[in-house]
Amino acid sequence: MREWGRSLAGTLGAPEWVGQVALMFIGAIGVFLIMALAALAFVWLERKVAGRIQSRYGPNRAGKFGLLQTLADAVKLLLKEDIIPAAADRRLFILAPYIVFIATFAAFVVIPWSGKLYISDLNVGILYLIAMGSFVVVGILMAGWASNNKWSLLGAMRAAAQIVSYEVPVALAILTVIVLAGTMNMREIQEAQSGWIWKWHVFQSPFTFLAFFLYFVGSIAEANRTPFDMPEAEQELTAGFHTEYSGMRWAFFFLAEYGNLLLVSLVAAVLFLGGWNVGIPGVPIPGPIVLAAKAVLLVLLQMWLRWTLPRLRVDQVMAVCWKYLMPLSFGTLIGAGAWRMFFPGAA
Amino acid sequence: MEPKDIHERLKETFGAKIASSVLEAIDPYLVVETAAIAEVCRYLKEEPDLAFDTLMCLSGVDTKEKLQVVYHLYSIARRHRVVLKVETPREGEPSVPTVSHLWGTADFHEREAYDMFGFRFEGHPDLRRILCPDDWEGYPLRKDYVYPETYRDIDNRQVETRDA
Amino acid sequence: MPDVRTEEMVLNMGPQHPSTHGVFRAELVTDGEIVTAVRPHVGYLHRCFEKHAENLSYTGVIPFTDRLDYLASMNQNFGFVLAVEKMLGLEVPERADYIRVIMAELNRMASHLMMVGHMGTDAGAITPILYGFRDREYILDLFEEVSGARLLYNYYRVGGVIADLTPKFVEKTRKFLDYIGPMIDDFDQLLSYNKIFLGRTVGVGILPPEVAINYAVTGPNLRGSGVNWDLRRDEPYSIYPKLSFDVIVGKEGPGVVGDSWNRYWVRVQEIRESAKIVRQALDGLPEGEFIRAPKNVRPPKGADLYHRTETPRGELGYYIISDGTPTPFRVKVRSPGFVHISAIPAFCTNIMVADLVMSMGTLDFVMGEVDR
Repeated sequence: MREWGRSLAGTLGAPEWVGQVALMFIGAIGVFLIMALAALAFVWLERKVAGRIQSRYGPNRAGKFGLLQTLADAVKLLLKEDIIPAAADRRLFILAPYIVFIATFAAFVVIPWSGKLYISDLNVGILYLIAMGSFVVVGILMAGWASNNKWSLLGAMRAAAQIVSYEVPVALAILTVIVLAGTMNMREIQEAQSGWIWKWHVFQSPFTFLAFFLYFVGSIAEANRTPFDMPEAEQELTAGFHTEYSGMRWAFFFLAEYGNLLLVSLVAAVLFLGGWNVGIPGVPIPGPIVLAAKAVLLVLLQMWLRWTLPRLRVDQVMAVCWKYLMPLSFGTLIGAGAWRMFFPGAA
Repeated sequence: MEPKDIHERLKETFGAKIASSVLEAIDPYLVVETAAIAEVCRYLKEEPDLAFDTLMCLSGVDTKEKLQVVYHLYSIARRHRVVLKVETPREGEPSVPTVSHLWGTADFHEREAYDMFGFRFEGHPDLRRILCPDDWEGYPLRKDYVYPETYRDIDNRQVETRDA
Repeated sequence: MPDVRTEEMVLNMGPQHPSTHGVFRAELVTDGEIVTAVRPHVGYLHRCFEKHAENLSYTGVIPFTDRLDYLASMNQNFGFVLAVEKMLGLEVPERADYIRVIMAELNRMASHLMMVGHMGTDAGAITPILYGFRDREYILDLFEEVSGARLLYNYYRVGGVIADLTPKFVEKTRKFLDYIGPMIDDFDQLLSYNKIFLGRTVGVGILPPEVAINYAVTGPNLRGSGVNWDLRRDEPYSIYPKLSFDVIVGKEGPGVVGDSWNRYWVRVQEIRESAKIVRQALDGLPEGEFIRAPKNVRPPKGADLYHRTETPRGELGYYIISDGTPTPFRVKVRSPGFVHISAIPAFCTNIMVADLVMSMGTLDFVMGEVDR
């Protein structure tokens, strides 16, 4: 990126830092576009998948196959009245959706789309990602508190407990891959999986195989999706921490949720499923498309789970995390370490 | 047990407290002295061969001359039923002992009888209106009930007078 | 730094709330996630049915009974006309009796189909209720054919029913009965034995049988607590003595006797039993009149009767007092929902909020009949 910045600056005849800044903006806008378009597409996909599972069509009036439905919804949300409850804490109320959105948005920066197409090549990319994931909790707690609504507060507390607890198995599962790959740089992790399909990390050792499932389940919990969507349990809390939000503010929460879906699927694809590698060497499909396809498949899987399973009660959610996922993830980490010791050439 | 036997049994045990027993009706019933109703109900519940473990229904009735509370009891264990009635005058505050300590069903039903007829059930843990709003005035199911003209700020007059 | 106090929070669940079925307010006192006290408040849907009934003819009351428990209107009608007929000493033509039971049982199936789906939604599975609605649509189409209405039928009259079955009705119903069997198996597969659903309902909201009997809880709730009691078999009316069906009682299995799972499971199996009953009734359907209406519906002066029937929610009782005129003197409706809500504080304390939602959901009350 640095070279691009220098060359861009050089062609414009401006100092180097202008080129850097310009590229940052272009990168940010690019990521925002990806996130927004992905959210739009996923909302449509979710409603269609939900409809079909429930023996009905899903949206099919706005545009062919209902493709313009999300656009119509977005326009409606933009035109909606901005309601802030009179007794709510105004500043926190307004700030909360942005924080949740920024947390997810910022994490996209480190996802490399191909060998040369990336925004930031952080050497500690994964660590940065995990950190951004925890940042969301601050926004959620803010939203629940500032709403001045006991039900929102209850939802926010549940969400905070859930997200913070599930950080541990998720981080440990990711650590397993890092131990095997020997690097935290997202780009290098993907390069390590190039070649045939068994070079993908998920197939490299039984521990990473298990780690994949641990990561997947843990990230569903991080994203507050059924079966872990207690914080938004419609039947009890109306909408949990975002009950009092309407219009565009609520749309931000929504964007963030679907962005998060895409993010965890992308990370899973990058870490475990080979990233931009097709799995068969020499096939000329561009890297970003392969990565996107894998991520979309995982997103579809998450949607399928959401519409099939009931939700776990909050103490059951905690029990699953601390009594089952944690010991398992510790086990995989230690196992991966041992594996690496005995098979040093594995990665 | 047949209704005849149950009525005999109660008349033997309680004597004058059973004001009358009507067996020729479609649903044979007993009229019990108001003050003794809780006692009679306890006996009916706890006697092993009577064993009235369920209160099916507790209703208030306004017979134009007086107010009545009607108890329909049933025994799942013995498969028999009995109907008890107590009567109170309409004036003043009609007061009846509660049976909510015997059957949990009586709790809500007695509140409803209070709400609709004005019965004061002595000993009821939480006697307040249940179907009408808490600040409603009057007892709607009484035959001499007059509809209020307004409730809070809502105009409740009959349609004809409203247009006038 | 001020003292940190953790005190109890008073929460209001309702009257508008996605999970309370209808306008119902439950005042909860919670200590964190545990509910330490629950106080139900009803009366938001009070429409003065009993006062109206004192100003209408007996036939005129029938449409009002539809609106009591609007999910099982046929059963509400049934109970009322049976009570009046008993007071008159009237015998109904056999065909009318069969038609009545067919309608009542079909309505039981429709009501249960919707409610078990609803219980799934309370647990978070949003799909089962749509399956329930889809299958219920077929039943509503059948009802529309006979009575003209999808939800509030006004179909029964004192002496029979208002209209005969249409020529295609029997065939359509048989087709539906063949269809519904595998659909219930589908339902079972999706929800009943799902590990997460079991985790949400097994051992949750246990209603002990003694408490149930003391609070006069009836219907599937009582049977879910292990008490083998069904008015259709134990105090039979209409043609039920001629029909053979099983009474489903809660058992130890995946669930504990008296817990939410058993209350849910009893209803799912009752759908199958109702299908059996409808099949038998269709097979034995005689020819004849569908109504033998009396000239005047005037029960004798001073007659009063409490008559009860088994509706999908439990025991529905009508206490009717007549004064010899064509208008009833007093109609008191003993609704199962009213009684079940009063039992909530007896078994729903010291459980978590999510469990409370599940327990109340499996009690299956409809505010129309609770508040009348």
